[in-house]
Amino acid sequence: MGLARRRNPPRGRGKQLSIVAEFESVGLRYGTGSEVLRDLDFRLGTGGFYFLTGPSGAGKTSLLKLLYLAQRPTRGRVRLFGAELADAPREALPPFRRRIGVVFQDFRLIRHLSAFDNVALPLRVAGQSEAEVEGPVREMLAWVGLADRASARPPTLSGGEQQRVAIARAVINRPELLVADEPTGNVDADMAKRLLHLFTALNRLGTTVVVATHDIGLISATAGAQLIRLENGALVDPTGALKNPPARDS
Amino acid sequence: MLDWLFASPAERRLLGNARMRGAMPWVIAIMSFSIMIIAATGLALAGTASTLSHAIEARYAVQIPNGGGDLGATLQAVRSATGVKTAEAVPESDMRRTLERWLGPAAQSADLPVPALVNFDLKPGARLTEVENRVRAIAPAAQISSHRESIGPLLRSLRLLQWIAFGLVVMLSGAAAAAVVLAARGALDTHRSTIDVMHGIGATDLQVTHLFQRRIAIDALVGSFGGGAAAAVLLVLIATGATFAGELTGGRTLVAWELVLLALLPLVLAALATWVARTAVLSALRQSL
Repeated sequence: MGLARRRNPPRGRGKQLSIVAEFESVGLRYGTGSEVLRDLDFRLGTGGFYFLTGPSGAGKTSLLKLLYLAQRPTRGRVRLFGAELADAPREALPPFRRRIGVVFQDFRLIRHLSAFDNVALPLRVAGQSEAEVEGPVREMLAWVGLADRASARPPTLSGGEQQRVAIARAVINRPELLVADEPTGNVDADMAKRLLHLFTALNRLGTTVVVATHDIGLISATAGAQLIRLENGALVDPTGALKNPPARDS
Repeated sequence: MLDWLFASPAERRLLGNARMRGAMPWVIAIMSFSIMIIAATGLALAGTASTLSHAIEARYAVQIPNGGGDLGATLQAVRSATGVKTAEAVPESDMRRTLERWLGPAAQSADLPVPALVNFDLKPGARLTEVENRVRAIAPAAQISSHRESIGPLLRSLRLLQWIAFGLVVMLSGAAAAAVVLAARGALDTHRSTIDVMHGIGATDLQVTHLFQRRIAIDALVGSFGGGAAAAVLLVLIATGATFAGELTGGRTLVAWELVLLALLPLVLAALATWVARTAVLSALRQSL
């Protein structure tokens, strides 16, 4: 698949800082419970590679939901792609969601659709014709090793195969921001390595990648990645690097 | 405008390919059948009431108790009055035949006094006074009555039944709309995970709505035309031979515009169902982020 950069803002000359996501005093609570996320202040630079870590229940999935616009914060400001979205009308959200790829922990594949149709969904939602969809989807399925499983439905796929379909769906439209929740949880070491390679390839082309994981091997294998650590819903950022991320070479 | 109705195969696959899903087409078919029959009855009643009303608008009857012998003179007096369009005497034999229903053979007895009866129509704008004066000059006991007053209660009943029929059409349409809302909510619940995925990858509410709107529109079209066709067959059977057709419609047949209206009803019902489905789905989607 030609992973040519699309839609990403042109990168400037020399060092520059462009922010893809900015959280300011963000808090989140479900219903009347206590805050599961509190006082989050951080910025994600365009083209950055971030690992989100922390113990179970620290709020990683909730933070990811805020990032992929499945949840609104109960307080604070969330800016994505330069737009204030915490209070944006819901009609304004779909164009931003199309710029984000998401790999869910539970895959969320559509059970009655084939692997091909699942992967093609973001392109079809974006209005691409069947002729435009066919090639990239076949190429992406081949890349994740599922070329011969294109017509298989999710219930007939193994956990690892389903995860690869989910990943292919998340990256098929070359998103500007890729959010993945435990993407290597169900795949073997070789496939984990290949998926990480795909993420880093996308990252090199300008996609900002945020991966929630407990996999230390994955983190250590990714040069230049930054860690976002959550504990009890709060960010652990002693150096302030996440609040004022360093500029990257373009 | 109707692009949403023609989905690509890929879009059709999103909600599965099952045909005649659930009870929706059947419910719509029953509603369509009932609406057609009731609407046809309502239209026939309205037409009958209108025909009857026009027929008796200027019709009067002169009745002379024990006046069988004065019948010819009475008829002549009525005909000679200004403003009388037509006048005809009811033969005594007809009167006795009518009475036979209640009195049996005794109605033919010469001892039974039978009133003389003359029916007449006045021209528009003519006054009844002159007829009254002429008739009373030869038969002081004569009574002149208006058919409109006699048939009034029947006409009012026909009008009431007509409005009840139209009210039932509205109520059945409302029930069909409610069934569509329930079906739409059921479909949304069934496909909740698909909707969540589609929203997550940037589908708009309209994109999601079109999927459900299309499916419900097809179900509604199939159901309403099926029910409408069954109702049409029944109406044709009634109109072409059944003896109770006369009792149902008062002998009046439906006119062209009424037939066109009936033929359009399934389409209107399908359009209503589609609009209701669209509104219900959009409204439900707005509850989510």
